[in-house]
Amino acid sequence: MKRSSEPLWWSLFAAGGVVAALFVPVLILLTGIVAPVGWAGQAFAYERIAALVGHPLSRLFLFTVISLPLFHWAHRFRFTLVDLGFRGARSAIAIACYGAAIVGTAVAAFVLIRL
Amino acid sequence: MSRPYYRPMPGTWWLTNRAYFLFMVRELTSVFIAIYLVLLLILINRIAAGPDAYRAYVTLLASPGMLAFHLIALAGALYHSITWFSLAPRGLAVRLGERRVPDAIIAGSNFAAWVVATLVIAWIVL
Amino acid sequence: MADQTITLEIFRYRAEQDSEPTFQRYDVPYRDDWVVLDAINYIKDRLDGTLSYRWSCRMGVCGSCGMMINGVPKLSCAAFLKEYFPNPIRVEPLANFPVERDLVIVMDDFIEKLGHVKPWLIREDMPPLEQGEFRQTPAQLDVYKQFSMCINCMLCYAACPVYGLEPAFLGPAAIALAQRYNLDSRDQGNAQRQAVLTSEDGIWDCTLVGECTVVCPAHVDPAGAIQRAKVTATVNWYRDVLLPWGKR
Repeated sequence: MKRSSEPLWWSLFAAGGVVAALFVPVLILLTGIVAPVGWAGQAFAYERIAALVGHPLSRLFLFTVISLPLFHWAHRFRFTLVDLGFRGARSAIAIACYGAAIVGTAVAAFVLIRL
Repeated sequence: MSRPYYRPMPGTWWLTNRAYFLFMVRELTSVFIAIYLVLLLILINRIAAGPDAYRAYVTLLASPGMLAFHLIALAGALYHSITWFSLAPRGLAVRLGERRVPDAIIAGSNFAAWVVATLVIAWIVL
Repeated sequence: MADQTITLEIFRYRAEQDSEPTFQRYDVPYRDDWVVLDAINYIKDRLDGTLSYRWSCRMGVCGSCGMMINGVPKLSCAAFLKEYFPNPIRVEPLANFPVERDLVIVMDDFIEKLGHVKPWLIREDMPPLEQGEFRQTPAQLDVYKQFSMCINCMLCYAACPVYGLEPAFLGPAAIALAQRYNLDSRDQGNAQRQAVLTSEDGIWDCTLVGECTVVCPAHVDPAGAIQRAKVTATVNWYRDVLLPWGKR
């Protein structure tokens, strides 16, 4: 009997949703607003940030917080496109979305390992 | 003789009422989050490329367009978090002995975890 | 004091004479304890006997009188005129279903889907009669009771945009009723219902819009039922994939 792969994508969506909900707001605040505007002074000096990001736990955390929410986006966006009227290309859309998330995950792994 | 009348949903269905519109907003927050994640990955890549690359990228992030994007993305991420934690109890029927744990407690503990996670990350980074 | 009236704009469609639907306006007496169903019954009795619609108990338990009232799926016996007075009220047949005539929709699709989920107790073994009835504690009842409150009114299907866009979607009530039996301690039919639930256009089509739960007059929370079905199906999937030698 052909086993549907939906539970796999849904579980990635759910995990990504939790990770995104917990960590993405504060990360956006810190990297997208606090750091560029300069509110935290020396906290974002290169040496300090490079050391912080280079720590193995940081790399693991960053990999998780990039990869899982990407799968969350992929699953959500796939259904959103269908809701917006792109019913005909159901499988193509699914492949494109999950494919993009897989590529993003691979790139994240590559960047974080080579850091 | 029966000739039923069909009323297909228009493509603009999600603009017809507030609940549908907020649903679509909620779904589209994932797009802003995904774009942010790409920017975050670029940031990490710039850190790997050395202090000059890093500082150049941070300067770029300070541009009005980038700041505007991050503010919108932050609003989107917050909306995702709020809706996610409010809906999370639906999927789980946690039972303590004979009684089911009320939704409000599950949602409340999710929000509490969110506050803790935020404070921990802020403390580590700042 | 002059008697107050309120206007109802009602969707009319008669296949034998109309190619397109129209709206017909009726002025009915306004009584602050009347519901939309009372107004429609007044129209049928006094103003226009040709109007067709379904109703029965007029007290919110039979599920017959579902209609779109100002664009919101409601039981017409539960929509009070005073919520809308003095503005006119637009009454249309339940959304996302074909219209048979006036306010009567074709509900065959829902009935068929209800059959697909096998909404009855399924037993693999039938204990002998001498063993007595199946016993159930209040806690066991509590697990599925909410989902058993469904009155099959189809308001959730009218509220669900996924069903509107994809009529093959199993839909909120059918899934909630499948869960009502899956979670019943007397039932042994989970495996039989799984195939339907996890098929294409089963639970996985749902994107948790949540409107089904908002409009449900019996507080069934079909959105919750569907989410729990997804969790159960996912746990089962991982167990089957990671531990294939387990009991089938």
